[in-house]
Amino acid sequence: MNSQPMPAKTTEVINISELDHHFATEVDRRSQADLKRCYQCRTCGNGCPFVEAMDYPPYGVIRLVQFGMRQKALECATIWVCVSCHTCSSQCPNSIDIAAIMDTLRSMALEERAVIGNKEILAFHLEVLHSIERYGRTHKLGIMLRHKLLTGQWFKDVDVGLRMLTKRKLDLVASKVRAMDEINRLFLPYWRVKPR
Amino acid sequence: MNPEESLKFSYYPGCSVATTAAESNHSLMQVCRLLGLDLQELEDWNCCGSSSAYSVDPELGFNLSARNLSLAPGDRPLLVMCPRCLHHLRHTHLEMQQDPRKRRAQERRWGRPISPDLEIVHFLEALIRFGLDRLKKGAARNLNGLKFVPYYGCTLFRPPALRRQKYYQAEVENILTALGGVAVTRTYNQRCCGSFLSAVKPELVTSLVNDIIGSAVAAGADCLVTTCAMCQLNLEVRCTAAKRLPIFHFSEILALALGAKDCQGWFIRHLVNPRPLLKDRGLLGPPRLGQVP
Ligand code: SF4
Ligand code: SF4
Repeated sequence: MNSQPMPAKTTEVINISELDHHFATEVDRRSQADLKRCYQCRTCGNGCPFVEAMDYPPYGVIRLVQFGMRQKALECATIWVCVSCHTCSSQCPNSIDIAAIMDTLRSMALEERAVIGNKEILAFHLEVLHSIERYGRTHKLGIMLRHKLLTGQWFKDVDVGLRMLTKRKLDLVASKVRAMDEINRLFLPYWRVKPR
Repeated sequence: MNPEESLKFSYYPGCSVATTAAESNHSLMQVCRLLGLDLQELEDWNCCGSSSAYSVDPELGFNLSARNLSLAPGDRPLLVMCPRCLHHLRHTHLEMQQDPRKRRAQERRWGRPISPDLEIVHFLEALIRFGLDRLKKGAARNLNGLKFVPYYGCTLFRPPALRRQKYYQAEVENILTALGGVAVTRTYNQRCCGSFLSAVKPELVTSLVNDIIGSAVAAGADCLVTTCAMCQLNLEVRCTAAKRLPIFHFSEILALALGAKDCQGWFIRHLVNPRPLLKDRGLLGPPRLGQVP
């Protein structure tokens, strides 16, 4: 099963004068997750199916927030790898909404133009949004093709794409919302993410 | 409310059910026709925002879900098939229930009323209301001891924000065992399927999916049954284990048991061919009436 990564760089020196004392309160207010209740039991790190692909385990991110280490929290890969499966919160003894904390940190990272911890995952999300913007619905084939082309991953995964196509899992024609003006309105004043 | 009235629903298919997993949509339609459930598809529905909108801009996700809710008539429950869409629609509705200002802002935005009392239910809820006894009576064939893993994945978990809502753990077992199946539950049946990471980090998801399928094989299951089209897809395309099992959408198995005629057509679309298994269990071909327990 999963082995938990050790919290990154445990010997690192924390410069107290650089800590952001409002960060935890801010994240707590936006996520309504009650993160101050976390007593670092680490259960969430055991349950998370994706902990191997993270640079900090879920409790590690919460610790960064509790300590006010703003930049580290906003720039870590963990917040992008998290798929909001809620395995962690269903096991957390304090019922902390960990996925909501990740959601909040992701939004903050984009708003503050922090360095993105995993650009490929963000690129995928933006592809999906692009599809919603054009069709009001997600068009799986378009997303797959564009995503694979953009990330140069096409050949790595071409096998699955073809298998899906031949089984017609991916429809060739996009289905579209009729009242597209209603969808367009949502994207009009919309900030365009240009990840750093 | 008379019983017939209680079986009227408006229906939100969601993107994956409407396209990538068209077979689960067809089978759902068949099930509803056979049971006499009255489903009215939401007029001009849009994507609920999927994981991506909520990941990068929760406000956009909220607006997208709210538009769908503004399309739902207030006099009948809204039935949702995809557990993820269900989660997003419910969460949005709950937020508007708790803060009427948010609801009014959305009503103004769309120029349509949004009922604060709208009930949003999963397809399983419709079957519970229909009644297990009636369902058994309506079945055209027995599942002949088909050993299935009720795979819930993660999405029927309770996210803390929705902890007071109704969930459907164990309902898949209840329904399919009543129809003659045998549930195999000591498996990783609540392990997440990998969700969108399947597109970005295939290696990671492959090892996860192999663990899930491996646990099902070890427990002696014939197949996995899921309620989520995304889970079905990931479990099918990302499995590299030597022994693979067919993955069914819940509505496909249900339609099979109820005697739907066009099952063959859906099964061709599967990546892991389920027909040898079904043939072995005597579940292909026209149902013989009167073999139901
Ligand atoms: S399980 Fe909950 S209390 Fe324990 S470390 Fe994780 S978030 Fe903190
Ligand atoms: S919600 Fe995120 S952090 Fe929690 S278990 Fe799932 S992937 Fe891991």
